[in-house]
Amino acid sequence: MLLRIRDLDVTYRTAAGPLPAVRGVNLDVNAGQSVGLAGESGCGKSTLAATILRLQPPSARLSGSVLVDGEDVLTMRWGPLRALRWAGASMVFQGALHSLNPVRRIGQQIAEPIRLHEPSVSGAEAARRVGELLEQVGLPASRAATYPHQLSGGQRQRVMIAMALACRPRLVIADEPTTALDVMVQAQVLTLLRDLVRDLDIGLLLISHDLSVLSSTCDRVAVMYAGRIVEEGAASQVFKDPRHPYAAALAGAFPLIGDLAARFGPAGLPGDPPDPRHLPTGCSFHPRCPVAMPSCAETDPPAVPAGPGRTAACLLVGDPEREPA
Amino acid sequence: MSAGEAVPRLTARQVTRRRRRESARRTWNEFRSHRSGVVGLGILVVFVLVALGAPLLADATGLKVTAATGGVLEAPSAEYWLGTDDNGRSVLTLLIWGARVSLFVGLLATAISMVIGTLVGVASGHFRGWPSSVLFRLTEWFLVIPFLPLAIVMASVLGASLINIVLVIGVTSWPGTALLIRAQTLSIEERPFLERARALGAGHWHQMSRHVLPNVMPMVFANTTLTVAIAILTETTLSFLGLGDPLRVSWGSMLDDAFGAGAITTGAWWFIIPPGICVILVVLSFTLIGRALEEIFNPRLRRGILDETSKPRRRERS
Amino acid sequence: MNGPLLEARELQVRFHAGRGKRPVRAVDGVDLAVGRGEIVALVGESGCGKTTLARTLLGLERPQDGTVLFDGAPLGYGSGDLKRYRRRAQLILQDPTGALNPRQTVYESVAEGLRIHRAVARKQREGIETSEVDLVSAALAKAGLRPPEGFFMTYPHELSGGQRQRVVIAGALALEPELLVADEPVSSLDASIRGEILALLLRLRDELGLTVLVVTHDLGLAWNIADRIAVMYLGRIVEVGSTEQVLQAPEHPYTQALLSVVPEVEEIEPVVLAGEPPDPSRIPDGCRFHPRCQALAGGAAEAAGVADRCISDPLPVIAAHGGHRAACWLAEARSPSSP
Repeated sequence: MLLRIRDLDVTYRTAAGPLPAVRGVNLDVNAGQSVGLAGESGCGKSTLAATILRLQPPSARLSGSVLVDGEDVLTMRWGPLRALRWAGASMVFQGALHSLNPVRRIGQQIAEPIRLHEPSVSGAEAARRVGELLEQVGLPASRAATYPHQLSGGQRQRVMIAMALACRPRLVIADEPTTALDVMVQAQVLTLLRDLVRDLDIGLLLISHDLSVLSSTCDRVAVMYAGRIVEEGAASQVFKDPRHPYAAALAGAFPLIGDLAARFGPAGLPGDPPDPRHLPTGCSFHPRCPVAMPSCAETDPPAVPAGPGRTAACLLVGDPEREPA
Repeated sequence: MSAGEAVPRLTARQVTRRRRRESARRTWNEFRSHRSGVVGLGILVVFVLVALGAPLLADATGLKVTAATGGVLEAPSAEYWLGTDDNGRSVLTLLIWGARVSLFVGLLATAISMVIGTLVGVASGHFRGWPSSVLFRLTEWFLVIPFLPLAIVMASVLGASLINIVLVIGVTSWPGTALLIRAQTLSIEERPFLERARALGAGHWHQMSRHVLPNVMPMVFANTTLTVAIAILTETTLSFLGLGDPLRVSWGSMLDDAFGAGAITTGAWWFIIPPGICVILVVLSFTLIGRALEEIFNPRLRRGILDETSKPRRRERS
Repeated sequence: MNGPLLEARELQVRFHAGRGKRPVRAVDGVDLAVGRGEIVALVGESGCGKTTLARTLLGLERPQDGTVLFDGAPLGYGSGDLKRYRRRAQLILQDPTGALNPRQTVYESVAEGLRIHRAVARKQREGIETSEVDLVSAALAKAGLRPPEGFFMTYPHELSGGQRQRVVIAGALALEPELLVADEPVSSLDASIRGEILALLLRLRDELGLTVLVVTHDLGLAWNIADRIAVMYLGRIVEVGSTEQVLQAPEHPYTQALLSVVPEVEEIEPVVLAGEPPDPSRIPDGCRFHPRCQALAGGAAEAAGVADRCISDPLPVIAAHGGHRAACWLAEARSPSSP
């Protein structure tokens, strides 16, 4: 198991009281596997991603465990943690324009982590590896000599992916890597990520608010709401046959073209995600849930098996009378 | 205008007024948490009270050379707490009345400078094409002219009176403000709410007064306090150079007199140090207040609480 | 009056990029008609000119060539003409957080248009008993913010993203316009909020008879709400037709490629076009899509005997009126009946 998260809690201390961002999350990623994490802004998915590399802000209080290759990141010493951040696991951020240094050539920027983590590598060897990496992400090696502003948005995002791959990590975490990109460029980047997972046998944790993007790219998908994973399972199953009402709403938000029910019938959820400081009692989704029952306001449902290889945290799951969807 | 329109206008205005009061209170609460700002405000309040209460604290006849009662450059004593000047006047009396002139010049000159700087800055940032270029060139032109020689030339051409000193300082100190406000305006012009206002049919005046100005005002406020400090120093400098109003006593003219009377060589420190310290204290108080306001109004200097969208971990990379 | 509410005729908008550079042909010959009470989606990648076209249709950009007709009359560019037009056509921007002045309350933001156009006094002159508070409340309620009074005193940062977009919509509705131009109205909103805002646009059309032009890159959005779709590529409309026609039987290879990469459509083998959207300052000869066209590269155009035309013959502008059309030599060769 490459990544194994168990009972992870992340709580921010703020002036207005404790803010639980991640609540009891369990998640696994294997080598050669891509796992999608879906959820809306404020659901804790970015906090979860940052915590995997212990990059969470200093005001956060953690409990539980995050095992990367069997070692707990949360208790790791500084030296091994530094090594882990590039060589073991690396991150691809959204907004590639702001993450690249505008006054340095992209070749130098890609070589930087290599030279930092492997000081024995010679200049020529580093340049050779930069060329290799660029070709791996579908850019000509000659692009190493260009500056970020000479590249388009999609090319910059490819450079970010090349940087993340520079020290041959085993785990790549991509936080909304395609958010600012056009549909066609998004498709290019997603295809690239999928190919890299297959060819390099890395584990990929792909984070997005768009469940349809995840379902077409990932093997497994976890849906997060108010800091908790509410449904987890094989990507196509979660997208096509969601068991949790929130997962169903996310799956329905982006309609199937040709689906007559969605024609002039956009599906949405009333209300807004809850304030993490004042979570509703019981199931935190019940105030917006279209199929909520009185007991939903009292019982916070645990994740229960919802079919082979999948779980869902909903009182209706496992109740044959009132199975949703 | 009919009565039907006046009534809801009033309620809408009440609504706004209440929100403004609330935001002013929030700003005040935040200001109070900046200790240096509070110290600055305290010093300033003391000087303002002294300036306002000058007639109560010291008899104005003490300013007349002819009515001087003390000896020449007497050292501090029970009667003259801060000694006397070369004409036998009490330095303390001069200092108290000098506060009036220094603060008056500082505040009024700053007001002039702020109005010109804000108008030029907002206009040159808002308009496109030649009006913007002309205003920008004008600003640059004023900026590169050496400030003190210009002020000296203007003061000697216009004649030495208090109002002229105010005008000279006001007219020469605005370009820095204009540049700052222009840069801020340019960044606000890029924000979508201006596009929305244009699509709603807003004219230039509406866009500038309703959208740009309220968003640059905090910057103007913070800048004001810093400009006051500069204006007071300039007044002191001009008076020291003998270009001040000869009929009024200011801290600058006191320093000039002290210099002229050879207070330094005769060791009459009581004639030089008190006005110098007063200038430093007032300038310092304005600077402290300005720093605190800047930190309150400029979110980039403020450390906010972390939310999901801000990415502190990005720093880890670079 | 049965003509379209909004019409573009041979519209051209060019920007000068600077000395020694070629002008950017952002909109390069567009005919488009939007009927009354119709929802039309203008679809394309970023840089295709769709936002410039929308701004030109609103009179925020002045075309070098061609005319914008509103209600049958050409748009005037005098300040009085534009101000009158602004009352009838409103813009909704992509990012509701940026579109609201952070220092204005919701009440002030919604009342802004009313104050600019002195709408309250105008209504009273027409003998309608009303007040600013009434109009602001009505607009907020129409945009789904209930009870409206509860939102008067709030500032944008106290609202959620969906609520902010509703405030922007309310600000546009306050003037009771006939046309809404929405530029990516939901792309910065969360997935679960998206449907609610789209449903609101549909309801406004049904209840108020509003005409809506939605600018988007999102084909799913078009399927959700649009009656008709116009697909834009490099300054031109390359395919237009009813939503069903364009999305279920696309004729232009570009539309086919766009559709194939939408993750929701699984039946179609994805055609991921290589490269980036090209530069509008260097529009290729012949069909402007030919350097990236998968039908030309794959030999389909060759087989139909139009490959040479694709590379060298420019295509005519698609007429605004009429049914489903595509600006493609291959599509034309396959259906010889169509003109």
